[in-house]
Amino acid sequence: MTIVNYDQRLVKTKNPYPKGPNEWKRFFSFNTDAKVIGIQYIVTALFFLLIGGLLGMLVRGELITPPSDLFDPTVYNGLYTMHGTIMLFLFLFPILSGLTNLLVPPMIGAPDMAFPKLNALAFWLVPIFSIILLLSFFVPGGPASSGWWSYPPISIQNPLGKVINGEMLWITAISLSGVSSIMGAVNFVTTIIRMRAPGMGFFKMPIFIWTVLAAQMLQLLGLPALTGGAIMLFFDLTFGTSFFRIEGGGDPVLFQHFFWFYSHPAVYVMVLPVFGIFSELFPVYARKPLFGYKFVAIASFGITILSLIVWVHHMFYTGTPLWMRNLFMFTTMLIAVPTGVKVFAWIATLWGGNIRLSTPMLFCLGGLFNFIFGGITGVMLATVPVDIHVGNTYFVVAHFHYIIFNTIAFGIFAGIYHWFPKFTGKMFYEGLGKVHFALTFVGATLNWLPLHWAGLLGMPRRVASYDPEFAIWNVIASIGAFILGVASIPFILNMVSSWVRGKSAPPNPWKAIGLEWLLPSPPPHENFEDDIPTVLNEPYCYGLDKPFIEDEEFYINKSFRKD
Amino acid sequence: MKSTSIKSNNKRLFTILIILGFAIINLLISLLMGLWSYSWLPIQASKAAYYVDNLFAFETTVGTFIFLGCTGTMAWILIFNRAPKYDESNGQPLEGNVKLEILWTVIPLILVLAISTYSTKVNYKLKNLGSKIKYDIGQEIPISHNKEIFDYGPIDVISRQWNWEFIYQNGIHSSELHLPLNKRVNFRLITEDVIHSFYVPAFRLKQDIIPGSVITYSLTPTKIGVYRLRDAMFSGAYFSQNQTNVIVESEENFNKWINDTVKKELQNGLNPAGRLYDKRLKNGNRGWATVKPAPAPKVQEIGSEEKPHDG
Repeated sequence: MTIVNYDQRLVKTKNPYPKGPNEWKRFFSFNTDAKVIGIQYIVTALFFLLIGGLLGMLVRGELITPPSDLFDPTVYNGLYTMHGTIMLFLFLFPILSGLTNLLVPPMIGAPDMAFPKLNALAFWLVPIFSIILLLSFFVPGGPASSGWWSYPPISIQNPLGKVINGEMLWITAISLSGVSSIMGAVNFVTTIIRMRAPGMGFFKMPIFIWTVLAAQMLQLLGLPALTGGAIMLFFDLTFGTSFFRIEGGGDPVLFQHFFWFYSHPAVYVMVLPVFGIFSELFPVYARKPLFGYKFVAIASFGITILSLIVWVHHMFYTGTPLWMRNLFMFTTMLIAVPTGVKVFAWIATLWGGNIRLSTPMLFCLGGLFNFIFGGITGVMLATVPVDIHVGNTYFVVAHFHYIIFNTIAFGIFAGIYHWFPKFTGKMFYEGLGKVHFALTFVGATLNWLPLHWAGLLGMPRRVASYDPEFAIWNVIASIGAFILGVASIPFILNMVSSWVRGKSAPPNPWKAIGLEWLLPSPPPHENFEDDIPTVLNEPYCYGLDKPFIEDEEFYINKSFRKD
Repeated sequence: MKSTSIKSNNKRLFTILIILGFAIINLLISLLMGLWSYSWLPIQASKAAYYVDNLFAFETTVGTFIFLGCTGTMAWILIFNRAPKYDESNGQPLEGNVKLEILWTVIPLILVLAISTYSTKVNYKLKNLGSKIKYDIGQEIPISHNKEIFDYGPIDVISRQWNWEFIYQNGIHSSELHLPLNKRVNFRLITEDVIHSFYVPAFRLKQDIIPGSVITYSLTPTKIGVYRLRDAMFSGAYFSQNQTNVIVESEENFNKWINDTVKKELQNGLNPAGRLYDKRLKNGNRGWATVKPAPAPKVQEIGSEEKPHDG
């Protein structure tokens, strides 16, 4: 092994604070630059992570003791409904749209997204539907309180009989969120298919781009079902139609089909880009090529296709006939195969590497560790007899938080740290990052690991009170939740202070291969402008004698040049 | 595929032995976890529980083996493959290995197909779910046309926001569910408002109750005792209070209960939600909106919420 000194150019470069025509004000304007929009998305989403987290802690506060004593049960129901809704539609989807906006154009060498105005419009819908959703806390009767599934008939009971009610605002917000995501998806898919750098064939794209393409195609295929279902629900609630009301011959189970036809793939819409982040980061911090690039790339689409034919596994106990349950059990189980291909490929990528445990790598490793666990409990849930026992219990709550927080949010944090220097032009504080990781990992494990046992013993999800035999698991879980709350402090501190007064970042602080790392930090408005590099190989050829692009030296030198 | 270093046969043998050693230890731990997993579940009180627990234990064993295999490898890498400070050199430039990749596609495929086949067999053995027949509001609740096989019943299970009522063939109305031991009992699951779910953890069985449909369901209790019945599908404000008990008795005691109870007077049955709602009204009706709880059912057997259960 050779010891390599830092390139002296690293120290000399000056990287200005991300500047634009009017500095920070552009973040509050209808700006069409994908990098500005990306940061708008991420900052908005992180704000809602705090709100959703606060609601989560209130929920865990209620559940720390068996009786319903902190809130009235109606308030509890509203809190957990809004916790789930905010976390999914105001935190996870927007933050992933943000990362995708930041990364897609530079990674494929495009100057911007294909439809910049549509992009800005998609973002500005987020604050609009967020405000609508938050306003529902203040309408008479309180916010929606039938869970984020919003199953009829419970969701259309409308106890006060008012036209403007929490549920109605909830459906409006979710429909707008769907419209925003469809706009985003059209943009991402078009950009990736039409605007890649010369030489970047599909099998030379970064895996993150593969996963974004797979995820956004799912959005296009699935979201119309949910949005349509939401509009029918709106009509049932507000105008008294009977799509789902039995009084007029409707069927409440129909809604569940519309809902899960999208909302199961929605999990893959969120997890696929995170798989992409894992696939990008492991090679960088292990200094090795991604193991089995083509298998990993194709596996993304295997997941996309399979995820469209598994939704009935959420309905194993709704009276679904046996043959259908068996069929959907088989399709659900098959998803474990392409997912397994990815997991094994990541471990093989790490094998024999030269591992650096920096903050992004820690989040990736933690996320992978949790994902293996969550994947295994997922296979358990896919088997009909086990699901009939643990479905709709805390086992499911624990499982999906292992995926949605312990994997997806971990991957998002890894991505934020990894690309922070690139898009802000500043280095973050490694020490604070490690504290953030340690608190997050401990808090998340304490929060969700014990709840598996509560579920196995038969504690239903969404309860405001429970039998005393479940108390011990809930006490540990609540402590974990409060630790997670504390974990946000070093994170916010790190992000704000690094951006304001951190050390300037060189163009490629991690010595990573990838088009985005050949740009200055932060990248100029139109990325490569007129000199778009010609790609020769996929961006994972660490230690291989395969050049990434033509005339790499020219682009490296250019990335150090001041504007 | 390029090999960067030439390994001696001895070294290769040593590696294989180490991997084999780890695999054996992993297998032992996994088998122990499988045995241990039975204790994570409630008492086994139905015919289904036996099959479900065996399947769960099998999955725990396989799952533990995969989990420890993967994370053990990760731990090994983190211990032995860490880069020294300031070392930014590359690791072994392995691009892939088609044989290995096919292997880890095919083995999981076989594994999940095996688990699915196993589960399908269990499904066909249990056959809890009967027919689901839709009916219009105001119509009489239809009776299943299917020839279902059962020893006792059907018992009508009526779920509401938020109480349960059980109606037996001889007209007994009860707030708790009495069942005879080792008899396959048939139910007609009915809801009067929203979706509820009939869930008895000790039986490992759960079935949603759908408005506008009557669902027939059969199960066989196999152990005398008192077990919790919970509503497992969110049904509104007092959802978590929507629980009662299942009492499994010997056939003799069950018949005695039937004969004694039928002579009793009807009175208000279990209705904890009503009690909480009255309290809420007394405190000024604060909190967010809720529909009014259904009135307590008129029953001959009130039962008790406080009985020790699942013990």
